[in-house]
Amino acid sequence: MEDLFRRYGHTLTFAFMALVAFWLLALVILPNLTLFEASFRPYLPVTEIGGPKDTYSLDNYAKFLRNPSPWNVFGIELQAPLNVKTFLSTIFYSTIATFITFALSYPLAYYLAKVVQPKSLPTMILLLFIPLWVSEALRAFAWYIILTFNGPLNAVLVGIGLLEKPIRWQQGVLTGYDAVVIGLVYSYVLFMMFPIYGSIQSLDRNQIEASEDLGAKWWQTHWRVILPHAKPGIASGSVMVFMLSAGSLLVPSVLGSTNSNWFTQTIQQWMLESQDWNTGAAYSFLYILLCTVVVALAMWLFKVKLSDIAK
Amino acid sequence: MSAGIDLENVCCDFGSFRAVDNANVSIKPGEFFSFLGPSGCGKTTILRMISGFTEPTQGAIRIGGKDVRGLRPNQRPTALIFQNLALFPLMPIWENISFGLEVRGVDKATRRKKAEELLELVELPGAADKMVSQLSGGQKQRVAIARALAVEPAVMLLDEPLSALDLKLRQHMRAELRSIQKRTGVTFIYITHDQGEALAMSDRVGVMSQGRIQQIADPRDIYNNPVNGFVAGFVGENNVFTGSVRNPATGMAGYETKLGTFRARLGELASGENVKLYVRPEHTLLSETAAAENSVPVTISEVSFEGAFIAVHGVAENGQTLVAEIRNDGSATVPANGSQMFMQFDPARAAILPDAAVAKG
Ligand SMILES: Nc1ncnc2c1ncn2[C@@H]1O[C@H](COP(=O)(O)OP(=O)(O)OP(=O)(O)O)[C@@H](O)[C@H]1O
Ligand SMILES: [Mg+2]
Repeated sequence: MEDLFRRYGHTLTFAFMALVAFWLLALVILPNLTLFEASFRPYLPVTEIGGPKDTYSLDNYAKFLRNPSPWNVFGIELQAPLNVKTFLSTIFYSTIATFITFALSYPLAYYLAKVVQPKSLPTMILLLFIPLWVSEALRAFAWYIILTFNGPLNAVLVGIGLLEKPIRWQQGVLTGYDAVVIGLVYSYVLFMMFPIYGSIQSLDRNQIEASEDLGAKWWQTHWRVILPHAKPGIASGSVMVFMLSAGSLLVPSVLGSTNSNWFTQTIQQWMLESQDWNTGAAYSFLYILLCTVVVALAMWLFKVKLSDIAK
Repeated sequence: MSAGIDLENVCCDFGSFRAVDNANVSIKPGEFFSFLGPSGCGKTTILRMISGFTEPTQGAIRIGGKDVRGLRPNQRPTALIFQNLALFPLMPIWENISFGLEVRGVDKATRRKKAEELLELVELPGAADKMVSQLSGGQKQRVAIARALAVEPAVMLLDEPLSALDLKLRQHMRAELRSIQKRTGVTFIYITHDQGEALAMSDRVGVMSQGRIQQIADPRDIYNNPVNGFVAGFVGENNVFTGSVRNPATGMAGYETKLGTFRARLGELASGENVKLYVRPEHTLLSETAAAENSVPVTISEVSFEGAFIAVHGVAENGQTLVAEIRNDGSATVPANGSQMFMQFDPARAAILPDAAVAKG
């Protein structure tokens, strides 16, 4: 504080603080509080707002469990509320996207941190950043184009004879979510790469050499020395990618198939299509809460401490 | 289980820089061999070539008679103790020690038992379940030794393992290392820039400078019969005279300086212009009267008390300062500052030596 006063004078310092306070209060806290409050009230025609029916209840939250519908999970027929099905699919495919992102990032991060000559490192990192200059929307549409029926991927694969006839990639080869997962991985891979890179970079090279000197094969060195050291980076990267994936609206909207439904799309339908902000808000808060529970469970499962992530 | 090591014309270049130049040495099985030299002279590079992290640019390395070119560090029967130890901070001590066995697929119970045996050997019983961060510097040292011993290496390579310890502990660990080496019979190759350490611990010492091995000999010979000025200067103090050789004969020669002509041993490699006369301070005697030869009149300028001995500094008539060390046993009177004395030395205790051998590039 003293420092700020000395450096910028009173007027400027107060202006800074007022702006920060405004940002926090008016742009973050207040809108969320309003939504939170709205989530407990029924969706009513304008004339009835404030009327006798406008009372607080958990009805909006309870809607989450309505509409049981048939659900085929890996060949098993289940009855589950549609929302639960959407939620679980979202979590499942976000997890898949997180794992794929990790599998791609770890070797790359190791390569950048320990193999590449320091001289060529800036160039490599620049190359990695170039896709980020393009907006997320354009990147999603780029994949849309790549994967379309008459698109370049099919043309190449049929051209070199790997495929006999073009495939409807976006409808999914394995599941209806293939294209979504590809889009998510592509969009968020660097959020995984950089934390892992940072943590591998801080590993003393002698640790790796000591392991090899004691007879470890390369994969043993990775499993016992490098991976454990990189765990905080992997954990924070995974949490970021998972939350970004679960919260992504654009990628599933652009790359989703007719069989895919992301929970963010459900919320969007309530808010924008039905104009029912009360239910939309209730679903949003429920979603945040459930995602947090999933992340906490995963951290417990992988024995990750909160302090690891903050590193 | 210990093996000998042969380096034959080994060179190592980093780009155009030659870090190790034409190293030739034959280390016997079970020997405690030290490489001694100043920072940057190529000691670590030699160890890294033996352990397999760096390949020599030229020459051959044999371990137990077998050429190890192209073998990775995990295929060589060596164990390296790193300058910073490189213990694994996320594993408990016993896992650190048994890491080498773990990667060889030894079962957990056997590993645990072996780790405890080794902790016994390095006198650290009961530390098995501690973490690395809970140990002191000396204890970490012992764990690093135990971890290396666990894989039953034929050769142990130690890169200045004691440099991070304080003086007392360092002296204690010297004795410890030496006794572990004796008990296990493993060949030790030890690197240090501390001449006291090298001389006190080793069977033989190789003194290095600027990538070249200057001399290989047992500690006594290194100190008493250095082959050149670099070795003489690195392992101890000297009074150095500059001048030129006169009337060389077998073994002895005259040496003409501004302070007169002295007689001294003529080093084997001493020839040409770049030779100097070296006398150790403890072989420089003080006297009130001039002797028949090798006697320099001086004015005493400083007397410093060093504990076991007293260093007497005297300025000769050409301004050069000479040092004589007298033992602090009451056998000689300590001269007063400003008094006129003579500093003398036995021709057999003075040597005419060339400067260091340097890399030819
Ligand atoms: N990978 C490398 N690339 C380029 N030069 C190197 C490399 N490794 C070592 N050198 C150079 O080789 C020389 C010898 O290095 P080395 O590490 O063997 O010295 P050292 O005798 O172990 O020194 P210290 O006592 O400081 O550990 C140094 O001048 C160093 O700069
Ligand atoms: Mg070194």
